[in-house]
Amino acid sequence: MAACSVEELLAKAEQEEAEKLKSITVLKELELDFDIGNLLACDKNRIESRDFREQKKEDFLRSLARDNTQLLINEIWKQPTERVEEAIVAKLPEPTIPLPREKPPPKPRPPTRWEQFAKLKGIQKKKKTNLVWDETAKEWRRRWGYKRANDNTKDWMAEVPETADPNEDQFAKRIKAKKERVAKNEFNRLKNIARAQKVKVPGVGLTPKTKQSKDELGRAVSVAKTSTASMGRFQDSLPKEKRAKNTGKKRKFEPLIGDFSNERQKQLELLKVMDSKKPKLDITKAVNKQMREDDREEAAARHKKGKKGRQGNMSGKPRGKGGKGKGGRPAGGRPGGGKKKGKPGKH
Amino acid sequence: MTQLGGVIKPKTKRSKRFLESRAPKLTETEKSAMIMKGGNTSETVTRALKDIYSLKKPNAVLYKKKNITRPFEDSTSLEFFSKKTDCSLFLFGSHNKKRPNNLIFGRLFDFHVLDMIELGIEKYVSLSDIKVSKFPEGTKPMLIFAGEAFDTDNEHKRLKSLLIDFFRGPTVSAVRLAGLEHVLHFTALDGKIFMRSYKCLLKKSGCRTPRIELEEIGPSFDFVLRRTHLASDDLYKLAHRQPKALKPKKKKNISHDAFGTKFGRVHMQKQDLSKLQTRKMKGLRKRKGEVVDEEQDAEAPKAAKVES
Repeated sequence: MAACSVEELLAKAEQEEAEKLKSITVLKELELDFDIGNLLACDKNRIESRDFREQKKEDFLRSLARDNTQLLINEIWKQPTERVEEAIVAKLPEPTIPLPREKPPPKPRPPTRWEQFAKLKGIQKKKKTNLVWDETAKEWRRRWGYKRANDNTKDWMAEVPETADPNEDQFAKRIKAKKERVAKNEFNRLKNIARAQKVKVPGVGLTPKTKQSKDELGRAVSVAKTSTASMGRFQDSLPKEKRAKNTGKKRKFEPLIGDFSNERQKQLELLKVMDSKKPKLDITKAVNKQMREDDREEAAARHKKGKKGRQGNMSGKPRGKGGKGKGGRPAGGRPGGGKKKGKPGKH
Repeated sequence: MTQLGGVIKPKTKRSKRFLESRAPKLTETEKSAMIMKGGNTSETVTRALKDIYSLKKPNAVLYKKKNITRPFEDSTSLEFFSKKTDCSLFLFGSHNKKRPNNLIFGRLFDFHVLDMIELGIEKYVSLSDIKVSKFPEGTKPMLIFAGEAFDTDNEHKRLKSLLIDFFRGPTVSAVRLAGLEHVLHFTALDGKIFMRSYKCLLKKSGCRTPRIELEEIGPSFDFVLRRTHLASDDLYKLAHRQPKALKPKKKKNISHDAFGTKFGRVHMQKQDLSKLQTRKMKGLRKRKGEVVDEEQDAEAPKAAKVES
């Protein structure tokens, strides 16, 4: 009697368990695809349009949605949970479905000229401490910026070097030097950007440098001279000034009217050439023609010899044979570097 | 000089921060959407736009004025607005005789239109038409796509990707289970797309996982697919390219077999066996002048089993 009741109880418990599960299980032909990271489910099952038409539309959609949501919720509840401030939180994995990015991935900043050089030379950055000891103030101060240590801009007195002009203002000189350094730095920064963007920068004029070469100065002068409204036409040159190099040629034309004798001669020459029956001899052309003919002959001779000759083809062309043996060509007819296809041994 | 060849140098810290927020990032934040209407809109379209705005809210911009453009003919103005508001998703509503009640869902990549899909509203129930309690703003919705068309048809596939992109909300590492309240269900059936929005009620089921009941809250749409503008495969692939830094690093010398046992490969230097100390015996003692022929085993590093 007692044993029977135990079995009954077990059966009952099992049944209850099954009923509980029944309320949350959904049967589908094909399993859904989940992307829990996005809280996303895709149901690939075919939807019978007959069911859809027979049932009420909204009810059908809702029941379909309920089943799918139940499956998604079941999947989410399987994720590891945690308790955060009295709320149960499920950890989500990374989203798996590939979606396009908003913007292309960031590009690394192209190295500056200095960075390139430092890499080439293996120069590494050294970390400097932020605070340094100030001898005069007897305290630790920042290396740079406001209230910096060993501040030489706050000096009330400056030494005049022996070589310097005594009337020169040393304070003003220092400020000017600083401004120039800043300007140079800014210019370098812009040049780095331009190089990174592959933009052409004007390379003319004086670029800030500690010392300009004679060449650069000369170029700067010529650029400055032509930078007027009249392209430098009315600019006077200095007594011993040389013409600037590499400035480009200026085209020159004959005057439209005048110098009749010169023109008459030109016309007559042209007519003479046209009138004569003899073809004009183009020496280079003739020489090339002759060379090509020789080559062809040689090749034909080799071909006649048969396959024996071809075996040694790669190791070298018959050198002594062709080169010196044939001297029957015009002596002065060597092309002056126009054609390079000569035989070895003839050059 | 602040600008040179498209390089903008910020003058203040604030503008620097602003530019940094706009610059491309390694891991991107959520895409935001701009919602705008065309030259003519019907009441349906206006309300639909407002409803979708309220679904998308913290990451959306609703344009109040008309914008007389046609995205399928000229997308330059869209690209301009996208640059201005830093939005890469857009929803454009219009209404005319040829295409009544028209919505254009689209997304941009690098401020150029990637995909555009035009949907016509056939039936519409607004968020405010159904008088039930709604979910709080900014809830991450559960997205469900049903129907085999979303898996077979090319345009539907792209539409699915676009809708996921549009509605998925922020990427989060964890979610509060009680906060899973909103379900967006898309059904592709008979050439139409049914979008339904439900509130999800978690009921006791007797076991750990709750039983779900759904309550419709709107907005609900019956869409028909109209014109599409899909990105070319090259551009689409380019837009999906992930930066190298985000790819997980390969772990060397670790492998798994079919049963999930972990193997580690250990590299050891060759052992000098001539110096191996064996049992000391008088008979084996080295004698002077004897040449010991060295025996060297050239063995490949063996795979040693590691307890996992």
